[in-house]
Amino acid sequence: MIRLEPRERVPIWLAGTAPIVAIIVTLVLCSALILWAGEPVFQSYLLLVEGALGSKFAISETLSRATPLIFTGLAAAVAFRAKFWNIGAEGQFYFGALAVTWIGTGLFSLPPVLMIPILFLAGAVAGGALLYVPVVLKTRLNVDEVVTTLLLNFVVILLVSYLIEGPWKDPMSLGWPQAAPIIEQGELPKLLERTRLHLGFVVAIVAAIAVWLLMKLTVWGYEIRAVGFNAEGASFAGISINSTVIRTALISGGLAGMAGVSEVAGLKGYLTLDLSPGFGYAGIAVAMLAQLHPLGVIASAIFLSAIFIGADSMSRSSDVSSYIADVVTAVSLLLVLLSVMLVRFRVRWS
Amino acid sequence: MSQNLPTEDNSATLEEFLKLDGITKRFGNLTANDGISLSLAVGEILAVLGENGAGKTTLMNIIFGHYVADEGSVEVRGQSLPPGSSEAAIKAGIGMVHQHFTLAENLTVLENIILGREPLFSIRQKLSAGRRKLRALSEQFGLDVQPDTLVGDLTVGQRQRVEILKALYADAQILILDEPTAVLTPQETENLFATLRSLVEKGMSAIIISHKLNEILRISDRIALLRRGKLIGVVDAKDADRDQLAEMMVGRKVTRPKTQRLKAGAAVLKLENVSTSGASSSEDLKNVNLSIHAHEICGVAGVAGNGQNSLADLICGLRAPSSGSIELMGKKLTRFDCRTVVKAGVGRIPEDRHAKGIIGEMAVWENLVSEDLRQPPFIRGAVLLDKSAGCDHAASTIERYDIRCPGPQAETRLLSGGNLQKLILARGLSRQPRLIIASQPSRGLDEGAIAYVHGQLLEARKHGAGILLISEDLDELLSLADRIAVIFRGQLREIPAEASHDIRQIGLMMSGQEAV
Repeated sequence: MIRLEPRERVPIWLAGTAPIVAIIVTLVLCSALILWAGEPVFQSYLLLVEGALGSKFAISETLSRATPLIFTGLAAAVAFRAKFWNIGAEGQFYFGALAVTWIGTGLFSLPPVLMIPILFLAGAVAGGALLYVPVVLKTRLNVDEVVTTLLLNFVVILLVSYLIEGPWKDPMSLGWPQAAPIIEQGELPKLLERTRLHLGFVVAIVAAIAVWLLMKLTVWGYEIRAVGFNAEGASFAGISINSTVIRTALISGGLAGMAGVSEVAGLKGYLTLDLSPGFGYAGIAVAMLAQLHPLGVIASAIFLSAIFIGADSMSRSSDVSSYIADVVTAVSLLLVLLSVMLVRFRVRWS
Repeated sequence: MSQNLPTEDNSATLEEFLKLDGITKRFGNLTANDGISLSLAVGEILAVLGENGAGKTTLMNIIFGHYVADEGSVEVRGQSLPPGSSEAAIKAGIGMVHQHFTLAENLTVLENIILGREPLFSIRQKLSAGRRKLRALSEQFGLDVQPDTLVGDLTVGQRQRVEILKALYADAQILILDEPTAVLTPQETENLFATLRSLVEKGMSAIIISHKLNEILRISDRIALLRRGKLIGVVDAKDADRDQLAEMMVGRKVTRPKTQRLKAGAAVLKLENVSTSGASSSEDLKNVNLSIHAHEICGVAGVAGNGQNSLADLICGLRAPSSGSIELMGKKLTRFDCRTVVKAGVGRIPEDRHAKGIIGEMAVWENLVSEDLRQPPFIRGAVLLDKSAGCDHAASTIERYDIRCPGPQAETRLLSGGNLQKLILARGLSRQPRLIIASQPSRGLDEGAIAYVHGQLLEARKHGAGILLISEDLDELLSLADRIAVIFRGQLREIPAEASHDIRQIGLMMSGQEAV
């Protein structure tokens, strides 16, 4: 029989090394798939690492892919802290993208110093506003937010599809379903010459630090954590659960909306329907991998993005399919969760 | 300890029924049972006495096969029981009456009793045989039940009787009763004790687990004392006295705080015709009138589930009345939420410490400031929570209220039950509330912690607080309260002053009967 016993005290070395061990075990397990594909394990991983981090260009690709993941990861991390299950970051992402397209394609024009903050603000407001609907349904009528946020994703994506096939379709796009490009004043400047890495990455890092400080130092952060840990106890202490959850949802939706802004105004330049390969959903994995820690989100977003970029590059020069990235993501998520459990509990055999 | 107590129990010269030999059980670093040897003779009532966490329930679970002991053996009539098998324990004649009854409310008494005793199919045929056997048993032991009543319609005392019959139906020779009187009125307790006496006269044996000294002294033949997993002695009940037992149980002298009446002051709480809705029909308050004055402790007695929760929630600010008016410190209450109530000067000690009282994953200091988040000195610049002010406050509170913990930053869930209660008391009392609502403040605490809690409440009363004390422990009410009201099916009735400490009267009112 196996039993789990809670540890009274968690040694620091254990808490620190457990996720790293989990990642190493993940790579060991996934090497079976590489062997199956008939390729040498070590060299394949080397190709993966080179593809993700081997050059200035590779690093810039990894970081620019990580940018939306940091935003959506933060969105999930904040919401999940309060046990508000926002599965709708994908929809909020697109809502943010819609807002930036509406405002940024010629509604008005301001110098970049003003234009760029306004675009981010608009995206955040849009993302938050979208999540306001499910959260009010939850607090007023006790409607399960998992269902409403998830289903809203499809509603929003259909709306985007309608707009870019119809009223918002760019007449200059040669028939492609895409909206007009963001005006020059609204484009996020590149951080490095001849790469795609843009200002959005910096904004994402700043957002992560801001969320971390919010959770750590402010009354709001206290209330979000308290409601998440023990809603009944928080309510007894005089914390309003409803306003805390609503506030959390607005922050979470806002962060996801900013991801849409960053992708439209920083990477693509215009809104399309393939703007996100599931950044909203991947954000959940990012947040879980980071243990919902805002600064951890940065690391886990970069890690997951490196795996994807590296696997892409590896599949181009070997017989291993780039789907290995999905397997690595899934396995590492499971193993990190397992390692967290083993940090909190000790296993007893009897 | 002055006396020379036997640490091995050899007194069973009568026919030995059950024998425990060197039972040891560890959970991680905690040794719940440490080499316990005990025996139980035919026709004997043995009480197992100990504080919370002394290892009483663990020991019984080992006897009943719920747990496997790490060392030692259990023998019934000289035959050792296979460890970890409840089935074998039942076969050997051990019957357990759990503290929280294990009856299905939507089945009848008879169905509950034969549940698990009969094969799953062809139940129809067995039902009549079961009925015959049940009738014979209830006649033999004088346990009166209606076999076809739904268990959901029975009172708590009757349910306990069904539990006992269920054990007897399985041919139990030894009854193990875990805190059997916790949910009973004094009259029901008397009935239970009469039943137990008649059972042992007919050659059965019983083990009673309890921490209520007075009851144990009355019912048992011998008393086994456990402390921190060790058997520290077995004494004959007729030679023992209460204070000596309490001292043995705790391991040091316990001084119970003395109470004296004070002159009551102005009203701090006034309920007028207050009703609530939304809970079950017996939990909802119905036209409750109550006033509490400064320098006064008003006790509320009652069997669990008769509206105590509604009353406590109402005064804690968790629930609004559906009709009637509430006055706090002479001002009519118009907003019913926790923050308003706390600001009005109410100190709250919730019944469920873990679910309501604290947030276990947060630090001690964070829990100590949880009611004052937006108050100076803890708020800075309108949004920031001042951790250093919080920790300073916590450090001085920890010292003043003697909360044993590694420090303000320790995780709260790691504190023991007694220290959790001290933390909650500290949070509620350090703001010098004028009204204190305390629900079951000593439940699950050890004698030392109980004395501390009572001392703090009396101290608060001395400084002018009015206290509403809701408790299922009559001893607690009788020793602390200046006056007692009884709650039954949501109705609160005050006991006339001349009978305020008449336990018989209180018991009758707890079961809904008019006083004679």
